[in-house]
Amino acid sequence: MSTAPESHMPAPSVERFATRDSRADSIFKGVFGLCALLVLLVLTGAALAMLWGGREAFAKFGWKFLVSSDWNAVTHEFGALVPIYGTLVTALIAMIIAIPVSFGIALFLTEVAPSWMRTPVGAAVELLAGIPSIIYGMWGLFVFAPFMAENIDPWLDEHLGSVPYIGALFSGPPLGLGMLTAGIVLGIMVIPFISSVMRDVFQTVPSRLKESAYALGSTRWEVVWHVILPYTRSAVIGGIFLGLGRALGETMAVTFVLGNAHELSASLLMPGNSIAATIANEFTEADSEIYLSSLIALGFLLFVVTFIVLALAKLMLMRLSQREGNR
Amino acid sequence: MSLYAQRAIKNVIAQLLAMVATLFGLFWLVWILWTTLSKGLAALKWSIFTQMTPPPGADGGLLNAFVGSLIMNGLAIVIATPIGIAAGTFLAEYARRTALGQIIRFVNDILLSAPSIVIGLFVYELMVRQMGHFSGWAGGVALSFIVLPVVVRTTDEMLQLVPSAMREASLSLGIPQWKVVVRILWRAARPGIVTGVLLALARISGETAPLLFTALNNQYWTANLNTPMANVPVVIFQYAMSPYDYWHALAWAGAFIVTLFILFISLGARALLSRNKVIND
Repeated sequence: MSTAPESHMPAPSVERFATRDSRADSIFKGVFGLCALLVLLVLTGAALAMLWGGREAFAKFGWKFLVSSDWNAVTHEFGALVPIYGTLVTALIAMIIAIPVSFGIALFLTEVAPSWMRTPVGAAVELLAGIPSIIYGMWGLFVFAPFMAENIDPWLDEHLGSVPYIGALFSGPPLGLGMLTAGIVLGIMVIPFISSVMRDVFQTVPSRLKESAYALGSTRWEVVWHVILPYTRSAVIGGIFLGLGRALGETMAVTFVLGNAHELSASLLMPGNSIAATIANEFTEADSEIYLSSLIALGFLLFVVTFIVLALAKLMLMRLSQREGNR
Repeated sequence: MSLYAQRAIKNVIAQLLAMVATLFGLFWLVWILWTTLSKGLAALKWSIFTQMTPPPGADGGLLNAFVGSLIMNGLAIVIATPIGIAAGTFLAEYARRTALGQIIRFVNDILLSAPSIVIGLFVYELMVRQMGHFSGWAGGVALSFIVLPVVVRTTDEMLQLVPSAMREASLSLGIPQWKVVVRILWRAARPGIVTGVLLALARISGETAPLLFTALNNQYWTANLNTPMANVPVVIFQYAMSPYDYWHALAWAGAFIVTLFILFISLGARALLSRNKVIND
C-alpha cells in the first residue's frame, strides 16, 4: 500500500472504521425497519381508508345497514343483508365441498399414493391454485352454468324440490346461474389451498408416532384418524379457515356465475349476490356519493370478516409449529 | 363379520375415497384447462397481437391491453421488490425472534391472503379519489400491494434457510453486518428470492379485482400512466360479460394467453428453485 502522497494525513484508525461501520449498520437497519413497518401501514391504511370511504353510509344507515335488505339506487336506500347472506351461503357450500375433498387429496398424497406419484399429482393440484380466478369465472359462465342448467338443476328441482324442510333450498327454475353454481366454483377454487396446507402439516407428523401405531397393528386409516389428525388438528382447522378466508373474499369467479340479483331467496338455484360481486359489478356505475360510500362500506365489512377469519387461521397454524418447537 | 374384517374394509374404503377425492380435484383441473385451451386456440389469430381492442360491432385485437398489463405489472414489481426484500431482510436478520417481527409476520400473512378487491378499494381511496381520475399509476400501485407480501414472505423464509455458520464466519472476519447481508446472505438466498418475485408476477398477471377500480380500462392505445389504462384481465371481464360472440372469442384468446403465461412463469420458478436445491446439497 503506497501512502506517500497522503503521508501528512494520519492513517484512519480502527476506531474510525468501527464508527463508520456502526453508523452504516444503524442506517441500514433503520431503512429496512421502515420498509417492514410499511407492511403494517398497508393493512391499517386499507382498513382506515375503507372506514373513511364508507363513513357516509355508516352515518346515514347506522346498524340498519347490516340488517336491511334494501338496495335501491333511486331512493338511495342501501342495506348489506342480501350481499352478506350470499357471501355466507356461497362460502358455506364451498366449504362443504372443499373440506372432505381436500382431506382426501392430502390423505392420498401423504399416505396412500406410491411415492413416484406424489410429486406430479401434488404439483397438478397446486396448478389449480395458479389459475387466475377470472378463468374460473369464464369457465363457470360459459361451460359450467349451462351444464348445471341442463343436467343438475332440473334433477334437483324434481327430486329434492318437494322434500319437506330442504325442498325450498332446491326448488326453482333451471337458470344455471345462482348460489349453488357459485358455491361449487368457489369450492373447486379453494380445494388446492386447503389440501396443500393439510398435506404440509400431515408431513410434519413424526414418523415414529406413525410407526408405533403401525407396529401395534393399526390399519392405515386408523393411523390417519387416531394419530395424524389428532396431532395436526389445530393446523388442519387453520388450513380450513385459510380456505374460508379465500372463499369469502373471492371476487371474479363469483361475479360471473352469481347472477347479480339483489333479492333474498331461500332457493340455492336462484341468482343472488355477494359482497365482492356487488362491489365489482356496481362500482363503476355508482352515480351518487351515498351509493359509492355504501359499496366501500361493504368492502369494509368484507375486510373485517376476512381479517378475523384469517387471523384465526394463522393462530391455529402457529399452535402446531409451536408444539413442534417444544417437542 | 369379524372385527378384523370390519377394520380392513373400513381401511380399503377410506383409501378408495381418498383416491376418488384426488381424481375429483384433477377432473376439474383438466376440464378448466381443456376449456381454456380449446376455446382460446380457436379464437387465437395474429391480429390479436397487432390490433387495438374493438368497439362493439368491429373486429380487433388485444394489443393495448397486453401493453397496459405489461407496463402495470412491471411497475408493481419495480415498486414492491426492493421494499419487500428490505422488509423481509429486516424480519430475518434483525427481528427474527422479536415481538415486532412476529407482529409484522402475522400482518404480512394476513395481507398475503386478504381479498384483492379490498386492495383495489384501498388504492381507489388512496390515489384515484385524490387524483380525481383512474390511472395506470393507481393500477400499478394496487398490484404492488399484492406483490409486497409475497416478496416479504419468501425473502424472510429464504434468508432463514441460510446456515448461521455463514453469518458467524463473515462477522468474525470483522465485516460489518450490512455488508454481510448484501454481499453474502443475499447472494446465498438469491434463487429463492427470484422465485418469490416470479410467483408474485404470476399472481398479479391474472388479478382483476384490484384493477377494476384503479386502472379501469381504456379502449385506445396509451402508454401514459396518468390516464386510465387497458389491461388484459379487465378486458376479459368486460368482454366475457358482454352479449357479443366476437367479444367472447377475444376474451377467450386473452384468457388463454394469460393462463399460458402464468403456467410458464410458475413452472420456471419451480425449476429454478429445484435446480438450486440440488446445488446446495
